[in-house]
Amino acid sequence: MRFDARSARPALALAALVGTSPAWAQAAAAPTHIDSGDTAWMLTATAFVLLMTIPGLALFYGGMVRAKNLLSVLMQCFAITALVTVLWLLYGFSLAFSTEGMHAGMTNLHSFIGGLDRVLLAGLTPDSRYQTVPESVFVMFQMTFAIITPALIIGAFAERMKFSALLWFSGLWLTIVYLPVAHMVWSGPGSFLGDLGVIDFAGGTVVHINAGIAGLIACLVIGKRRGYPNVPMPPHNLGYTVMGASLLWLGWFGFNAGSAVAANGSAGMAMLVTQIATAAAALGWLAAEWIVHGRPSVLGIVSGAVAGLVAVTPAAGTAGPGGALVLGLVAGVICFFSATRLKHKLGYDDSLDVFGVHAIAGIVGALLTGPLASPKLGGFGAVESVWGQLWIQTKGVGFTVIWSAVLSLVILKLIDWTLGLRVDDEQELIGLDIALHEEKAYNLS
Amino acid sequence: MKWITAIIKPFTLDDVRQALTEVGVTGMTVTEVKGFGRQHGHTELYRGAEYVVDFLPKLKLEVAIADEQLDQAVEAIMGAARTGKIGDGKIFVSELEQAIRIRTQEVDVDAL
Repeated sequence: MRFDARSARPALALAALVGTSPAWAQAAAAPTHIDSGDTAWMLTATAFVLLMTIPGLALFYGGMVRAKNLLSVLMQCFAITALVTVLWLLYGFSLAFSTEGMHAGMTNLHSFIGGLDRVLLAGLTPDSRYQTVPESVFVMFQMTFAIITPALIIGAFAERMKFSALLWFSGLWLTIVYLPVAHMVWSGPGSFLGDLGVIDFAGGTVVHINAGIAGLIACLVIGKRRGYPNVPMPPHNLGYTVMGASLLWLGWFGFNAGSAVAANGSAGMAMLVTQIATAAAALGWLAAEWIVHGRPSVLGIVSGAVAGLVAVTPAAGTAGPGGALVLGLVAGVICFFSATRLKHKLGYDDSLDVFGVHAIAGIVGALLTGPLASPKLGGFGAVESVWGQLWIQTKGVGFTVIWSAVLSLVILKLIDWTLGLRVDDEQELIGLDIALHEEKAYNLS
Repeated sequence: MKWITAIIKPFTLDDVRQALTEVGVTGMTVTEVKGFGRQHGHTELYRGAEYVVDFLPKLKLEVAIADEQLDQAVEAIMGAARTGKIGDGKIFVSELEQAIRIRTQEVDVDAL
């Protein structure tokens, strides 16, 4: 993201192709002023991305749980928003985006994790700048990404995790899993995955594969919901889910088109391909479901749309409109099978399909980003070798899958041994709303 | 006196109420209930997970009437509640031994 939107990423890719160390061209083309148009768009995009978590994701997930757990899901999204905001101020931004000790083409500790020179947002003033926008706006924009990523994971263990465990998990996971991956991909010259040439425009790897894999590990560690799969657990209000998915679609324009960090052609193209891939994936899931199950479902079309949004995220800065169409269709169909077949076949209880939709669509998107960036396939990336970039993307996916899986497992086991991850049977039966928060979502009498 | 208990589809209630009023029935009690007969519920499918819903939402209508109103009342309910599709419901008729209006202490047909 960020750098490839302008000059650095093409330079990096080109350098990778000719076998030299990456020549980040950012310095040469460094802007010297704050642009009010860019700033206005980035303020808007930032608000859009926050809208994705609260209320977008909260409603999307909230509608899919049983009525007795609706508030718990809304609460978790809201609390994560507050918690990550504070952690981002304390050390999150620094560990993700500090460039202390980084050198292009050189792998050292700071290729994996940022320094502490920006702790408490040290050095941030109204005049400090990131490219053509105030640095405060960039800090805030990136914060909204850090908020939604742990929030995505809650869908995997919905309806059964302790609230205290959730807070510890979110904070530790952000620190140990998210911040290093964000740093490795986005922090510029000298970053581990960035120097490899991995293209991740808006976070397919950093956000979705990372969260989706953590979700799979989490639902395996915490175990199935009581009664799963024999007790019916249908969504209690698909209307909320449709509203949430619609807000996600809207907010994703901030996510993807905002990742250009400018109001320019790259942002415009990112918005266009986001719309196309999302629509294609919605139709892809719809068609697959209609053929396989004999009827088109509302949950299906909105799930397909989310799969498309996820899949196009890494590719939004480099894929062309035709590539986005293909990407969306493929992601929609594959995610239909992963969420409806794979899960039941393997028997894990990923309550709201965090792995089936986010990890799978993220992996499909990250891999296809390689070929689709090629001008030969209508893309706009400085990628000459379709297969070469596919291999780079594969390495990025593989690294992130292992990183997220291993460290998420360690964090979850640690919390399980100390605090306990799961509510007791009675609390689960009563529902987390009453059991943990002593409140109900619905008082209908 | 007779006691009619009718299980009907919820959306037919207004028509049934109107039809019963037209044949002189002055009061009725309605309860939201769930159940199944030959229809045996239905299935719902969410992301590949199939849920069998055994108990379908119905309304239970209870009416107390004079013996001579029975045929008219049953026909009124049948006419208004019948869609011809499975799940239209059932009508049960039983003897009613006594009726008392609490306010006036009138009994039997006068109390209906």
